[in-house]
Amino acid sequence: MSPALPNSFRSGPDERGHFGIFGGRFVAETLMPLILDLEKAYAEAKADPAFQKEMDGHLKHYVGRPSPLYFAERLTEHLGGAKIYFKREELNHTGSHKVNNVLGQIMLARRMGKKRIIAETGAGQHGVATATLCARFGLECVVYMGAVDVARQQPNVIRMEMLGAKVVPVQSGARTLKDAMNDALRDWVTNVHNTFYCIGTVAGPHPYPMMVRDFQSIIGVETRQQLQDVEGRLPDSLVACIGGGSNAMGLFHPFLDDPSIEIFGVEAAGHGLTQLHAASIAGGRPGVLHGNRTYLLMDEDGQIQEAHSISAGLDYPGIGPEHAWLHETGRVNYLSATDEEALEAFQLLSRLEGIIPALEPAHAIAKVMELAPKRPRDHLMVVNLSGRGDKDVPQVGDILKGRKQ
Amino acid sequence: MTTRIDARFAELAKQGRSAFVTFVMAGDPDPATSLDIIKALPKAGADIIEIGMPFTDPMADGPSIQAAGLRALKGGMTLRKTLEMVRGFRKDDDATPLVLMGYYNPIYIYGVDKFLADAKSAGVDGLIIVDLPPEEDTELCLPAMKAGLNFIRLATPTTDDKRLPAVLANTSGFVYYVSITGITGAAAADAKAVGEAVARIKRHTKLPVCVGFGIRTPDTARAIAEHADGAVVGTALVDAVRGSLDAEGRATAKTVTAVADLVASLAQGVRGAKQAAE
Repeated sequence: MSPALPNSFRSGPDERGHFGIFGGRFVAETLMPLILDLEKAYAEAKADPAFQKEMDGHLKHYVGRPSPLYFAERLTEHLGGAKIYFKREELNHTGSHKVNNVLGQIMLARRMGKKRIIAETGAGQHGVATATLCARFGLECVVYMGAVDVARQQPNVIRMEMLGAKVVPVQSGARTLKDAMNDALRDWVTNVHNTFYCIGTVAGPHPYPMMVRDFQSIIGVETRQQLQDVEGRLPDSLVACIGGGSNAMGLFHPFLDDPSIEIFGVEAAGHGLTQLHAASIAGGRPGVLHGNRTYLLMDEDGQIQEAHSISAGLDYPGIGPEHAWLHETGRVNYLSATDEEALEAFQLLSRLEGIIPALEPAHAIAKVMELAPKRPRDHLMVVNLSGRGDKDVPQVGDILKGRKQ
Repeated sequence: MTTRIDARFAELAKQGRSAFVTFVMAGDPDPATSLDIIKALPKAGADIIEIGMPFTDPMADGPSIQAAGLRALKGGMTLRKTLEMVRGFRKDDDATPLVLMGYYNPIYIYGVDKFLADAKSAGVDGLIIVDLPPEEDTELCLPAMKAGLNFIRLATPTTDDKRLPAVLANTSGFVYYVSITGITGAAAADAKAVGEAVARIKRHTKLPVCVGFGIRTPDTARAIAEHADGAVVGTALVDAVRGSLDAEGRATAKTVTAVADLVASLAQGVRGAKQAAE
């Protein structure tokens, strides 16, 4: 691997928002003053014990943290190898890990006096979390969602609207997550004076990748303590799915400097890596989009390509810049799972553990099905079960029904 | 170092009038028609030509320019072909300044050094890259200056007095003042507010200040030109291209004249402006 190994994998980014060559602040001038304000406000909030205390209170009483660390006994038996634990982020209020980050950003928006919140969403999990916290704190909420995703994730669209948010179906491009982010950025440029952009993943211009990671790191911090309590030691491996990569970064970050731990991120391979997919590390290269330099799917002219995944939450042609760096330094292994493999894992988990996962973490489970059998029975593997599958039940139901006929 | 941009502003100052800056998208609706359009612009009254480099994800552009970029890409436009187009234009015109405007990724993928060398030799004079603020100057701005190209920076209503020096520090050619907080083709610019903003910027720099975003009509162009060293029109021209296409989105006999006629009437507006008292 090209770059020299750092002393710590947890010290980034630098003051200009770079993780190695990745990250940065590639935004229009209109947004730049606001991004600098945000960076300052976040640094102040982080240093303010009252901010952390208020957040801890909401995380406990509103979100329902800590989320359980659950021994997946039947999946472990079925696969016959590593001892598998699930970090149950799907049990959080709103049904996924997204709420951890949204809570932090909404508290920051309140601190900055912003009354209007915008967000992009793919599967709708981030949109639902944002709509929920806007309802809770009495803020205006506008969610940009690709028109294709509006159609395939209807339950979440209905939820957002019930929570009082305005859902804007985005008709440009492939009408999925990338295009929703473009339109959210256009809204932000237009309404910069009163609007806070609540980004849902560890991407975008600095300080977002760092800030979202910090808010999500509670996943890994809790996991460390919980596994210590039941097993008396650290895990041997970690597995999480990656679209932008926030649930993965949240689980991985507190463990990056424990060299004995193998870490696996799972991208969406869609129809397969030689066909339409959303695996930007496996099939992309470094470029600049949405405020940061990172791995992107693009053609030889630098035009961004449309991603494909069965999972709306992973259907994005990029990945957070810190993941790009962790890939180049070799600290994290990035794998990919196809639509088919995710569907199989979705059904297996439903039947073996009585947990219907979201299609996103079903990609992580798909790779656990390959990794776990090759490891000894005393190997402790923690998987981030980042979201629940209620939103996917109609879509998967239709696919499976179509096959029986 | 004097570029065609510097020479053009010096010449206009002598004539006592503001510049009319036109924006069209390279390759819209196809490479050949697009070259014919830019060739027609100087005769119709354009003083400076901005050429959009098509990109799939133009985050600061409204629906018109987004669609123009996608039409161009569909027609097979690439950054290499955009530079070829510049070369084609330069065969007959060595005086009109050409500025490439767009987003960083296609340039980054082309290779910064190779792009700067090729752009310079093709006859490009300046660059406006929307997603490269001063914080990222090492990426392209500083190498472009070294290569002898003007790097024209956008200043916006959110660029306050504290930030202006940073924005202006490595800017050359002219300053592009974005008259609204928003995307291209959205709101109409308010001439009075623009006048105040231009005056504020001029307290910090000797460079000419051109104003864009929200100028669509000869009247607005005139009003803005009275307060600035130049008025930029883009979306209205791109809309004229679109309006001239056939049902399949192909160029027609009317395409080039539709743009040229609109440019001529807008140029009348700019030329009718009284010079701002300075």
